[in-house]
Amino acid sequence: MKGSPLEKKALDDISLEISSGEFIALIGHTGSGKSTLVQHLNGLLKVDEGEITVAGMKTKGKALKELRKKVGIVFQYPEHQLFEETVYKDIEFGLLKQGIEEKERHKKICETASILEINDEILYKSPYEISGGQKRRAAIAGILVLEPEILVLDEPAAGLDPSGTRELFDIVTTLYKEKNITVILVSHSMELVADYAARIIVMSEGKIHSDGTPAEIFMQGAELERIGLGIPEITKLMNALKKYNKDIKQDIFSVDEALKEIIRLMGRGK
Amino acid sequence: MIRNITLGQYLPGKSVMHRADPRTKIIITMLFMIVLFIIDSIWALLGALVFVAAAYWISKIPIKYAIKGIRPILFIILFTVVINMFMTDGKTLVDLGFARITDQGLLRAAIVSLRVFMLITSASVMTYTTTPIMLTDGIEKLLKPLKKVKFPVHEMAMMMTIALRFIPTLIDETDKIMKAQAARGADIGTGNLLERAKSFIPILIPLFVSSFRRADDLAIAMEARCYRGSKGRTSMRVLKYGKVDVAILVAFCIICAGILLVHYML
Repeated sequence: MKGSPLEKKALDDISLEISSGEFIALIGHTGSGKSTLVQHLNGLLKVDEGEITVAGMKTKGKALKELRKKVGIVFQYPEHQLFEETVYKDIEFGLLKQGIEEKERHKKICETASILEINDEILYKSPYEISGGQKRRAAIAGILVLEPEILVLDEPAAGLDPSGTRELFDIVTTLYKEKNITVILVSHSMELVADYAARIIVMSEGKIHSDGTPAEIFMQGAELERIGLGIPEITKLMNALKKYNKDIKQDIFSVDEALKEIIRLMGRGK
Repeated sequence: MIRNITLGQYLPGKSVMHRADPRTKIIITMLFMIVLFIIDSIWALLGALVFVAAAYWISKIPIKYAIKGIRPILFIILFTVVINMFMTDGKTLVDLGFARITDQGLLRAAIVSLRVFMLITSASVMTYTTTPIMLTDGIEKLLKPLKKVKFPVHEMAMMMTIALRFIPTLIDETDKIMKAQAARGADIGTGNLLERAKSFIPILIPLFVSSFRRADDLAIAMEARCYRGSKGRTSMRVLKYGKVDVAILVAFCIICAGILLVHYML
């Protein structure tokens, strides 16, 4: 609301470059501007000042339609966007809008459904009859079927149980590796971010706070806590253990790494 | 995408108008509307316009903001102006051949457009300076006498409160769904009339579903807190009628009398 007493700057002085094929995580406290930033990537929001170039296109004017084909955004609680009679038809929606032929559509839908483990029975059910996790995957299928080159996931795990979260992330990782797409993950789960992303961008109050590898980011634990974030639980544990054993490596961000490290140290102790 | 609606929104502030009792503001707004329909002379209307401008000035509402709020009804005003300009008999000022503008027509156009303009702007002062909750509180209190004839005043006020409370939520929700569908390639509001109507289906269905879900959640939450209608309920905000309110009401009555006087004298 520009020019009104309710005006607020959501993003300020953002300068960011993301190369294709990266797996990036965007973390930040609620209201730090993460969601606002990703909505700029396909022109859903337009900048008041400055400019953004995505896949060689400016995010404005006629390029928008083309741009939205390349950038797929999965919003928070994407299951809220389901509306068709069947899951199949809902996944088909975007393809229809792109004017793709019936046969091709069917092929793409079946492919995507199998990647996301949506079986035929679910495919022909109403999206209002299936379970929460299935809904989530159905909604994500609606985006993935368009084969975006850049996939943005805004809190994809919100409201999912741990196994559902793992499943979803394994699918995303497979896609990332096989199709060589760029993945931008918005999250405030440090564990997930540490496990999957190769580069982390920390946002705070509409600005980029820091940008680097998980090791670089999670080294500054106290600083992250100051801006309302934290480090993965396992890193905290290993940092605490370090008091007793100075040999422990500092850059441990996942349970697997921690396990390996403990085995290494125990093996040496014998 | 649809967040730029300023009409009917509350603007936080600390002016006298903000602090006045909602009942005062409701009564004033209603009386002023009646006055607007009674007066029929341009001078009286201009007097009323000064009053509305003063109300905006006292409430410290940015003029730019207020003008933005009128934009949606600009078409209606222009329409009435054009209709009145050409359709009234009188001394011809401009002859276009197929139609003519008369002096009486111009006068009527000015009167009618001023009236519509002020109906909106005066009601807006009330909504700009009163939170929706206070507004429904005021309405509930004003309608209290109707309880004697078994009219469900409290329930109606509660319905209004809930409806008002959920307008911003629904706007946010619509915005989100519109974006989600746009990200899948939906063009909203383009093409011919049928296509345009159809393009709203992907927005309206999820919106309906989420509204029902929200209503259900809210009903459960209210029951869990033992809500049983008006029976034995007290209010957290007790409205107090103070000196300021009496002063505002008296001042308003004097101004109205003045405006009516101008109307009857001319």
